[in-house]
Amino acid sequence: MQALNESGSFFLELFFSGLTRGSIYALIALGYTMVYGIIGLINFAHGEIYMIGAFVGLTVAGILSILQFNLIAILVLAALFAMVYAAAYGYTIEKVAYKPLRGSTRLAPLISAIGMSMFLREYVILAQTPDFVSFPALTEGLFDLGAFSSMIQPTELVILIFSFLMMAGLFILIKKTKIGKAMRAISQDREMAMLLGVNSDRMISLTFMIGSALAAFGAILISAHVGQINYNIGFVVGIKAFTAAVLGGIGSIPGAALGGIILGLTESFATGYVSSDYEDVFAFGILVLILIFKPAGILGKSTTEKV
Amino acid sequence: MAVVLKTDKITKSFGGLLALDEMTLDFREQEIVALIGPNGAGKTTFFNNITGMYTPTSGTVEIFPPNQKSVKIQGMKPNLITELGLARTFQNIRLFGNMTVIENVMVGRHCRTKSHIFGAVFQTSSFKREEKESVEKSFALLEMINMSHLAGNLAKNLSYADQRRLEIARALATDPFLLLLDEPAAGMNPQETEDLDQLIVHLRDELKITILLIEHDMKLVMKISDRIFVMNQGRLIAQGTPVEIQNNPEVIKAYLGE
Repeated sequence: MQALNESGSFFLELFFSGLTRGSIYALIALGYTMVYGIIGLINFAHGEIYMIGAFVGLTVAGILSILQFNLIAILVLAALFAMVYAAAYGYTIEKVAYKPLRGSTRLAPLISAIGMSMFLREYVILAQTPDFVSFPALTEGLFDLGAFSSMIQPTELVILIFSFLMMAGLFILIKKTKIGKAMRAISQDREMAMLLGVNSDRMISLTFMIGSALAAFGAILISAHVGQINYNIGFVVGIKAFTAAVLGGIGSIPGAALGGIILGLTESFATGYVSSDYEDVFAFGILVLILIFKPAGILGKSTTEKV
Repeated sequence: MAVVLKTDKITKSFGGLLALDEMTLDFREQEIVALIGPNGAGKTTFFNNITGMYTPTSGTVEIFPPNQKSVKIQGMKPNLITELGLARTFQNIRLFGNMTVIENVMVGRHCRTKSHIFGAVFQTSSFKREEKESVEKSFALLEMINMSHLAGNLAKNLSYADQRRLEIARALATDPFLLLLDEPAAGMNPQETEDLDQLIVHLRDELKITILLIEHDMKLVMKISDRIFVMNQGRLIAQGTPVEIQNNPEVIKAYLGE
């Protein structure tokens, strides 16, 4: 009985930690999938935006804690600043590295994206530090979970709640508002959308900004949970989130969310029941299987429908 | 009647091919003008050059929006031209297939609403009011073309004739004063063509819109056009009323050969 109970609670612990990890992957995967949906580009610099979001959050949190703000104010302001700053980065990167290449070969902006990713990483090494720096535990004291704390940590619960709220907000934006309609129209037929008066350049910028802000938001939450950051965190998470986007069906917004959750759970269970060495083996193994049996991803459309 | 659009010697060449050769013509307020000619005459290229999809190699396109100064639009971005009051449909239907009927029309309202992302995030009252107006206006357009009962269907599931009519409603949602229709009757049966011709006349008489029409259905063209322009090999070879065009030897030669 005791053993069963223990295995049950171990399962739940793995489940929640996987869900947490997955919801962060999902937040970042949304950026990949939105950009892909609207201009057909894999934005490899997206992970670096996430990383820069974490550094901005760290800086803001540092300043505010010197000024003796309370923890919640620090959290809110750090997240807000990081999102705005990341959005500005996303906007600029699109204008500098991708927009001039629109209309050239498909490979050109992709290479530009990889270059931008390297540039940003090196830039942070030079401007900040090549070492790990500790990140304040901003979300630690928000909840007191009492007896449940063996299954889920307070910081994980914060991640779960806020990332789900963010995703719900995004779904409503895409589904219900005129901005979402314009974005969906552009992703189906950009020229036609422009002929209907939609300013496609502005919508593309907006897509980059929203994706970047979501990534920065995720970065603050996860950094406060993990407790340290460095210049390379965007690379690893970026690859995973990209995998999640492909898993769910790149270009599909619910697909990115689903792909993130599946990937997070897979990794967590692999770590818990097999070994943490096998975490990536299982994660990418699932990707390979999906790509073999359903090449467009779980929720992806099986045919290309570009006009 | 006042002129709403005037082209002055617009020429478009693709490499060595001269697709448009010094096209000079004008359209007037509240008239139905047909642009006809054999396949490959350059009719759609002409449309593309005045809607901003192509930039003419030379020449000017000037539009005269109501209550506004005239604007030279050659080389302008398509979305800005649409904002000035020019809208079009396509020969090969280009609806947003994975969006619903009403959503397709609402995309057309986009440029007539002002609110932006902050309004959407914070659900401000002006944002909600605009969204509501956009739904109402789009629904009214669907009622005009008798498609309001299909509002929630995906555009790709509509019948061919309905898709054509939806394209017209979507173009109308941008509040144009000049509407360009590229073969609107293609693939329609006689009854559907009949409905279409009533709709086009309604647009001219009730909504006071100037219609420019590319069409191969000569019965339709001769019935509803106020004036006809005839193109052949990138050049304007004749213009006049339907009766004048029917008796023009140049036109007969272009269609039937020597």
